[in-house]
Amino acid sequence: MTLNDQPNSALADAAPRLDAAWTVRWIRRSAEVLAANRAALNTLDREIGDGDHGENMDRGFQAVLPKLDALAEGTTPGAVLKLVATTLISTVGGAAGPLYGTAFLKAAGAVGAAESVDAAALVVLLTAARDGIVLRGKAEEGDKTMIDAWTPAVNAASSAQAAGSAVGTVLLAAADAAADGAQATEPLVARKGRASYLGERAIGHRDPGSQSTLLLLRAAADVLATA
Amino acid sequence: MSAAASADRVGLVFVSHSAKIAEGLVELARQMAPSVRLVAAGGTNTGGIGTSFEQISDGITAANSGVGVVILCDLGSAVLTAETARDFLEDAEQNQVRIVDAPLVEGGVAAAVAAEIGGDLDAVVAAAQSALHSASSATPTTEPFAPVGVSRTVILVNKDGLHARPAAEFVKLASTFSVPITVNGTDASSLLSIMSLGLARGSSVQLSSTDPSAGPAITALAELLESGFGEE
Ligand SMILES: Nc1ncnc2c1ncn2[C@@H]1O[C@H](COP(=O)(O)OP(=O)(O)OP(=O)(O)O)[C@@H](O)[C@H]1O
Ligand SMILES: [Mg+2]
Repeated sequence: MTLNDQPNSALADAAPRLDAAWTVRWIRRSAEVLAANRAALNTLDREIGDGDHGENMDRGFQAVLPKLDALAEGTTPGAVLKLVATTLISTVGGAAGPLYGTAFLKAAGAVGAAESVDAAALVVLLTAARDGIVLRGKAEEGDKTMIDAWTPAVNAASSAQAAGSAVGTVLLAAADAAADGAQATEPLVARKGRASYLGERAIGHRDPGSQSTLLLLRAAADVLATA
Repeated sequence: MSAAASADRVGLVFVSHSAKIAEGLVELARQMAPSVRLVAAGGTNTGGIGTSFEQISDGITAANSGVGVVILCDLGSAVLTAETARDFLEDAEQNQVRIVDAPLVEGGVAAAVAAEIGGDLDAVVAAAQSALHSASSATPTTEPFAPVGVSRTVILVNKDGLHARPAAEFVKLASTFSVPITVNGTDASSLLSIMSLGLARGSSVQLSSTDPSAGPAITALAELLESGFGEE
């Protein structure tokens, strides 16, 4: 039995937890969604960057897929996240590589060797991922980067968890907040990354990294809801 | 370049989105720094435009002869990828790797020359960073100077003039003095500023300082210029 056709372990018990199988399904779904959005992300990046964000993300996640197949059974969410991290770092080739790579690496560190992740640990995971991107790229909210999707997502996840929500609801809250955050980058002038060379001309265009963040978080929520 | 020659010198890695830029810069810098380990890390793994974690990591290893490595980067992800590569090193090696945010070409050449003359990590980093300021201060001027303080004029006698290795030796000596000294109005401790004066054999060089106590420093620098740097 491979990791992919395991029973829906996340929803099996009353207080669902995210396990390695869920993590693998999330990454597979992300790879699918990024492949489908490759052209759209390139287009966003063409408006305010160098037009390669879709290509970069797709290359990175496609490179992860064969490695997921090779994962041993009994792996952990942390081990899957770490595999994604190192693969993105070495294959993406643009700013998104070290940024998402560091995010996944810090997320992996945050969950450690745990076999599964509950709502509280999920918030810790998402926070660590966001902090990793800030550590690497030094962007603040409002700089028109992926951080503008990540920080509202982390805040929303944290509030949902504090209100007693289960993992599925926490993920949905994160994805919805990322969607608002991505949209909110449109009127901004960029202060980090390539788009910062454009000044006022970046106004009216959505930051591609905030869009890919939305896609990743939406995939996480969808995978739990539909698995 | 022999391994022995580079053994005690700081190495350099040039990170660019373009393989051609990184390789071209190695060629350019090698002219003035033949015994320094200079490594190009340009483009993605597949030869596209972008940056490569592997090339930078391997470049750090190839450039390090034991006394450290300075990495110079072009845009955006070059710095992010270089920092990520450094984070993946062992702690002891991390301390030997510095990433400098300076103009790639000017900073790279200045760093290479500083490494060639045996500068340590701090000196090589400082040389690279001097490129940040020299762009504006380097404009050669033909105006006569009216210096206050101390001044002395020398005629350059060596073949290459105040360029390449002689310029580096001159800057190295000038940097040892705490008094401000100028060469034809330009900061004597900035390698790029000095080189961009383009002073050839036979040029007249005015060493000045506004500090009246700069006499001995100016004498030492004048003597170095008059010695011809060991060239014919
Ligand atoms: N310093 C930063 N902090 C956070 N996010 C950043 C930063 N710089 C860039 N980004 C994000 O990365 C996205 C662009 O990713 P992409 O993969 O297209 O890299 P790139 O800018 O083309 O890389 P390169 O610098 O190699 O050209 C931006 O839309 C933005 O969200
Ligand atoms: Mg891009």
